[in-house]
Amino acid sequence: MKFGQWLQNHPHFLEQTYGLTHRVFTMLDPLIAKLGYERVDHWLRGPEEFAKRIVFDCRMCGQCILHSTGMTCSMSCPKNLRNGPCGGVRANGYCEVFPDKPCVWVQAYNRSLEMPLYGDEILVIEPPVNRSLEGSSAWINMLTGQDKVTPKAWESIEIIPLAEK
Amino acid sequence: MNSEFKSDGRLERVLRSGRFAVTAELNPPDSADPEEVYQAALVLSEVCDGINATDGSGAHCHMSSVAICALLTRAGYAPIFQVSCRDRNRIAIQGDVLGAAAMGVSNVLCLTGDDVTAGDQPQAKRVFDFDSIQLLRTIKIMRDKGMFLSGRKLTTPPRLFLGAASNPFVPPYDWRPYRLAKKIEAGADFIQSQYCFDVPRFRQFMQKVRDLGLHEQAFFLVGVGPLRSEKAAEFMRTKVPGVHIPDNIVERLRKTPKEKKVEEGKRICVEIIQQVREIEGVSGVHVMAYRQEELVAEIISEAGLLPRPRIGGLSAQDSKVRPRRGNRVNGV
Repeated sequence: MKFGQWLQNHPHFLEQTYGLTHRVFTMLDPLIAKLGYERVDHWLRGPEEFAKRIVFDCRMCGQCILHSTGMTCSMSCPKNLRNGPCGGVRANGYCEVFPDKPCVWVQAYNRSLEMPLYGDEILVIEPPVNRSLEGSSAWINMLTGQDKVTPKAWESIEIIPLAEK
Repeated sequence: MNSEFKSDGRLERVLRSGRFAVTAELNPPDSADPEEVYQAALVLSEVCDGINATDGSGAHCHMSSVAICALLTRAGYAPIFQVSCRDRNRIAIQGDVLGAAAMGVSNVLCLTGDDVTAGDQPQAKRVFDFDSIQLLRTIKIMRDKGMFLSGRKLTTPPRLFLGAASNPFVPPYDWRPYRLAKKIEAGADFIQSQYCFDVPRFRQFMQKVRDLGLHEQAFFLVGVGPLRSEKAAEFMRTKVPGVHIPDNIVERLRKTPKEKKVEEGKRICVEIIQQVREIEGVSGVHVMAYRQEELVAEIISEAGLLPRPRIGGLSAQDSKVRPRRGNRVNGV
């Protein structure tokens, strides 16, 4: 986990890497479509999980929002919170559930402040998790748009409107 | 603030009429006897505008929140139905919300919930299908669009005043007002905070809340409660998740002679109420007196908050216990 932690403490580098990977995948989209999303998903799952687990302690929810959560995996929060820290954070900024681990959201917030590209996206209201995507490749779900599908009645809010920020 | 009433409940009317509101927490019984609920409610009903029925707080099992609410509405009281995301998934929660509304519940407080490890059954499975913000939004959708999250239509949508929790007293402090902003945007009409023992920190928080214009979008009720002794304070700040008690309060209790500690704890609580009441953007207090319910009435009385406004009948009672279709109450 040492290498992962070191990387996570350079959130600007990670958000740039995210932006680049996003562009590469979008460019490759026609090719991936031709090969079949399902097939590529099967190839990609393993390597994606391996890499993201080392760096982010990824839980393979299949709908990655790392760039909206300070390049910190919100699914590694024991309560799976996707919209911010719970009220149980300890005074030293550590987790209510695991007293020897820093709160995922304290880290996420601090890192988001060092992210000029996507930092503000921490204010997005994230929709409920689609549990049926668990285990699949988030990159492929991004290309097919599966990760953006919300329950029918859900009203999406982009960035919350604030009087001042 | 939207002038249209979202519920038929008393709490919303007291708040919208600009009066300082008081809510109190009912300690749920470990019993199948409804009488225990009524006994606990009796000491609270005359002194508050809403009674919170906790949902397995501290991850300890007690009588369920929805059942307590049903008992309370039968007696004409105004309960606040607490829903935590820890134990139930989206299917169960949406059903419970409809059921509660059908029983005459007008207020719902949406919570993430303490983790299972905080309780006496840490082997239990965590659910956390929703987080509190997604829960708020889902109930708002049920109320305003008349649909389940799936888009399936409700024949009669629930009329509910939606609440959320806020804890300004734990890190990341700078983020807390933004978390509140998210909750309000997601649908919160009122906020009940964690125990406030640190008024200076709360003032700082409210300053930011006002800068963001949030105090005009939701009603903020500050959580308060009496401490029995410095030992109780020490227990709460180390063992209860999310409770922050500054050293000066613990010290003050330590210096008090043994027989006067309860009185001193009560005095601290009253002082805090009087201080937070002066802060712009505070609309009420939420009294949580765990195992000291007998003190709630004294605290509210000594803080000068009695008598409670009589809107539509007795205190803590809804003027209209059973809302019927086509016969809505739209004004005070």
